[in-house]
Amino acid sequence: MQPISISINQAGLHYQGTAEPVFSDLNLELPAGQWTCLLGSSGCGKTSLLRMLAGLIEAEHGCSGTITDQSGQPLNGRIAYMAQQDLLLPWLKVRDNVCLQARLSKGKPSADDYARADALLAQLGLADSAHQRPDSLSGGMRQRVALARTLMQDTPVVLMDEPFSALDAVTRHRLQALAVKALKGRTVLLITHDPQEALRLGNNIWLFQQRQLQAVATPETAIPRPVDAELGQYQQQLLTALHAADEYYQGEAINE
Amino acid sequence: MNKPLTPIRMKHTKGVRNHDAAPAQILFRLTITTLVLLGVWQAIVMIFALPPFILPSPMAVFGKLISKPGLLWDHSLITLSEIVLGLLLGLFMGITLALQMLLFNPVRRWILPVLIASQAIPVFALAPILMLWFGYGMTSKVVMAALIIFFPVTTTCFDGLRHTPTGYLDLATTMGANRWRQLWHIRFPAALPTFASGIRVAVVVAPIGAVVGEWVGSSGGLGYLMLQSNARMQIADMFAALFILALFSILLYYSTDQLLKKAIPWHREKTTRT
Repeated sequence: MQPISISINQAGLHYQGTAEPVFSDLNLELPAGQWTCLLGSSGCGKTSLLRMLAGLIEAEHGCSGTITDQSGQPLNGRIAYMAQQDLLLPWLKVRDNVCLQARLSKGKPSADDYARADALLAQLGLADSAHQRPDSLSGGMRQRVALARTLMQDTPVVLMDEPFSALDAVTRHRLQALAVKALKGRTVLLITHDPQEALRLGNNIWLFQQRQLQAVATPETAIPRPVDAELGQYQQQLLTALHAADEYYQGEAINE
Repeated sequence: MNKPLTPIRMKHTKGVRNHDAAPAQILFRLTITTLVLLGVWQAIVMIFALPPFILPSPMAVFGKLISKPGLLWDHSLITLSEIVLGLLLGLFMGITLALQMLLFNPVRRWILPVLIASQAIPVFALAPILMLWFGYGMTSKVVMAALIIFFPVTTTCFDGLRHTPTGYLDLATTMGANRWRQLWHIRFPAALPTFASGIRVAVVVAPIGAVVGEWVGSSGGLGYLMLQSNARMQIADMFAALFILALFSILLYYSTDQLLKKAIPWHREKTTRT
């Protein structure tokens, strides 16, 4: 699979019935095969940007700008989406959840689809759970199944909306490392509230502040980065910037 | 290929347990409850020395069940057919309208208020009109049973279909699923637990519709038998018919409940302690 870079040019979003746009004239480059993390306060518009990239904003809202790959082509059908909730369908067994895209496009997964799903589940340590229902799995296992489903889609771009935020610290740490390994070579955009997560996983980090994006310095080391003193210093700087952004949004909310 | 991770042992969620009793347990509880109620009934008859034309004893009713099996069976079969056919017709009409309201906005805008307003009309008041339109045969009773379950079936089916978790639909959209695939693979299974509640209500209510239809005008069925027995002061016969009707409702409810639990196992897994 050829990694692709993504260019977001002059992007704007204005929800119908609201006075202010969520953002406007936004420009962002997602380098090919790298993890880009987007941080910001609640309500700043980062999830809206991700939904816009995924094509999930309804037509009645005002979307503007262009989102293309390096050759100027739209991203249609080349995006996989991983949300905060694992979104496993409770009526399907784990293996069938992994093959969901085949079910939705062809009606029924083929033997090849199942073979690929089994291989992915084995790779993620879930071979024994293939025939169980999602309700019988722990939170960490469920997110690993969601990761397997994302990998099964085999798309060059993966959009992640706080996929690890509901997990306990140890499981989150393990899954972050696993995700970096499993998604190698893919262009990933990760939305997160957690500065440490952004610094562990982000080749590039952007802070959504005052409806604009601001680049944040990252350590030079490869991802997933260890949580050490150097990362701690970066985290402190990032927290200071986030505090400033938070005060801005709180002030805006009071003014409204 | 990367080295596989060690599988994590399955965890059991605290506070979640299976509350569903086995069919044998249900039968045991039902038998005990029935025996207690029969005992209370017998005691009332004996203590207050009630005459048989006011309240016959359970033994007298049991005697009628034994002595007139052919008559009771013939009338039971008629009522059971009306109930089952009414259920099938009501479910078909309810699901069809719910789907139309989901798929076509104008249908929802125009029909939903009418559907809600229609509940102001007592369905029982429609029985004479249905007799006029469909005659005194089985059709009017089937329509009556279908009409009485139509509202709960339609509203629960529609509610289930339109309250699909947004995340599931978003995921399906990013996977390129069209509207019909989303309906079949996501919306419909997600709606099943809500729809199942409507079906449970329907199987309990449908016998009422069939019997009311028989009371208004018929030449067969348990409702007809009850009316005839009442007119001839054969109260034990009336109670025997009533007993069979209650038995039908209980059997229909529990068999439907068991079938639905088997068909929707994921909903049972999520049952929490109350």
